[in-house]
Amino acid sequence: MSETLLKVEGVETYYGNIRALGGVDVEVKKGEIVSLIGANGAGKSTLMMTICGAPQARSGSIIFDGTDITRMPTHLIARMRIAQSPEGRRIFGRMTVLENLQMGAGLDNLKYFKEDVERIFEMFPRLKERQSQRGGTLSGGEQQMLSIGRALMARPKLLLLDEPSLGLAPLIVKGIFEAIKKLNQEEGLTVFLVEQNAFAALKLSDRAYVMVNGKVTMTGSGRELLANPEVRAAYLEGGHH
Amino acid sequence: MANTVLDTPATEGSLVGKAIKEALFTGVMTLGLFLLYIGFRTDQDISNTPIVYGRPGLLAIFVAIAAVGRFLMVVFVQPLLKARKEAKAAAVVQDREATFFKKHILKFALVALIFYPPVIVSLYGFQGSLKFVDNFGIQILIYVMLAWGLNIVVGLAGLLDLGYVAFYAVGAYSYALLSSYYGLSFWVLLPISGILAAFWGMILGFPVLRLRGDYLAIVTLAFGEIIRLVLINWTDVTKGTFGVSSIPKATLFGIPFDASPNGFAKMFGLPMSSAYYKIFLFYLILVLCLITAYVTIRLRRMPVGRAWEALREDEIACRSLGINTVTTKLTAFSIGAMFGGFAGSFFAARQGFVSPESFVFMESAVILAIVVLGGMGSLTGIAVAAIVMTGGTELLREMEFLKHFFGPDFTPELYRMLLFGLAMVVVMILKPRGFVGSREPSAFLREKKAVSGSFTKEGHG
Repeated sequence: MSETLLKVEGVETYYGNIRALGGVDVEVKKGEIVSLIGANGAGKSTLMMTICGAPQARSGSIIFDGTDITRMPTHLIARMRIAQSPEGRRIFGRMTVLENLQMGAGLDNLKYFKEDVERIFEMFPRLKERQSQRGGTLSGGEQQMLSIGRALMARPKLLLLDEPSLGLAPLIVKGIFEAIKKLNQEEGLTVFLVEQNAFAALKLSDRAYVMVNGKVTMTGSGRELLANPEVRAAYLEGGHH
Repeated sequence: MANTVLDTPATEGSLVGKAIKEALFTGVMTLGLFLLYIGFRTDQDISNTPIVYGRPGLLAIFVAIAAVGRFLMVVFVQPLLKARKEAKAAAVVQDREATFFKKHILKFALVALIFYPPVIVSLYGFQGSLKFVDNFGIQILIYVMLAWGLNIVVGLAGLLDLGYVAFYAVGAYSYALLSSYYGLSFWVLLPISGILAAFWGMILGFPVLRLRGDYLAIVTLAFGEIIRLVLINWTDVTKGTFGVSSIPKATLFGIPFDASPNGFAKMFGLPMSSAYYKIFLFYLILVLCLITAYVTIRLRRMPVGRAWEALREDEIACRSLGINTVTTKLTAFSIGAMFGGFAGSFFAARQGFVSPESFVFMESAVILAIVVLGGMGSLTGIAVAAIVMTGGTELLREMEFLKHFFGPDFTPELYRMLLFGLAMVVVMILKPRGFVGSREPSAFLREKKAVSGSFTKEGHG
């Protein structure tokens, strides 16, 4: 396909003396949906966080859009237009839905705030209904929508999604994944997705990586991995809805 | 134990019976608790041998208060609270149209404040107005300003600061020392004090950048103590515990408030009185308060204010949205400190004397208590809390008649902290989010809508 947007090469990340990532290589091209699947504690979220600079990689390099962001502080990485819907959603609980979205639009100083809010309300009509409600009072699914919406307000070049399906009802997960697909197809948004729900993630993705114990063990197109017997045995059998 | 109340609906008779039982139990508990504290008083005579007095009367009063209080609690207050809770749960949430008075309450309050000194003067005369303008007016407004300043740090940015009084001290000593060593005027030193305090706010900010919650609180507490100890021990400059005295007064555009021929009283052909200066100070602190409020309201709508609030909610999310948390924290500390500095230099000009004793930890605690009681982030609530807390303290001084009940040794001010604590407990039970628990959202598409404080549960799922 087209040019590389994000290139992670030989990244090692430590928590104190514990090695969480042992030389990870991942590549995301412009306009792709790439997913990273793996079991609990495999290091998926750590990779996501390392891309965002918290914690920073001890060795290896992360190149985004031609710039080395390995040693950049988190907020500057975010200003490179890498938006993140972090694990646990991290909504601003006491601020309203609209204020949460406003926080996401801070990079452009609210220049596109109005039109972007309309766009996001179109994508997630539930948020429009709840626009003046406090973020902390939303249901889990609505919070996830808000978290993605807030990330999109930054007009990102790359959207990082950390477990968007965590703790949500299958129907809501489906809706959220459809919204991601639509964003990708209609606006060419590049998405890098971490998921435990391997079946849904692989179906959605152009390409995927499988992570075990801090290392990428397998890679291929979403369809290939879905058909792969090893992947089926480890992550899919009995697991999909 | 005594606190448990059965949920099953009790009939009137059994309720009273239960209340009597609990009241007796509470009385016995109180007797046990206070027997040694209140029941006996030790003193020493001239040869340092201890003398023990019994105080059965006072002990009986305490026990009676506790027992009767428990009785009333069980019979009246608890059913009332329960009924209120049920009524609240049953009531349909609806938008009530605010009444005219409610809508414009802040304007009314401002007008009342502006006309406060002339009304008091016309009622009590210049000499009689001193007490009301100074003790009730200026004193309360100083605390309003301090609490609004601290509100930026604690209420908006969510950084628990237990050493806020340090900035108050920096402001007060900046004015006191610079005016007595270099003869600079109040109007020059007011901004300088603010800037110096803001500078110290940043100094505090740097080491605590990575701290949150309890750890942050401890370091700020230590910072407050360090400033105070420096003031005590740097005797060459600060004169230590003796304090700096005869600090010049503030002037009204160069017109001094003294008995000189070009003083305020002579100039306007008025009889000499110290009340003019107090009234002038009242308006001065009122203006300072209004500036604080205006700046806070404006900042909340600006990127830095929004970043403060987001920082309070979630630091990691902030960073992932491109907010520089370092500068956000430092600006919160320094702007909050700046208002503390303004208030401090005003305090020095008002008192004419500063000593480290005015800047003890208790002051920080009181200011923080006002912010929490008022409702973190709410300017109106904090102002109300400051009036209740500071005004209440001043009222206690006026309660001379209580001596008739408790004897001539009774000094009501000493019970200030006790009542303070009691008030906090009561407010926190009835209004856990402070007097004004709702916060005004800063983003709208169409119309304004307050976020009700009743949505207090912060679930993340």
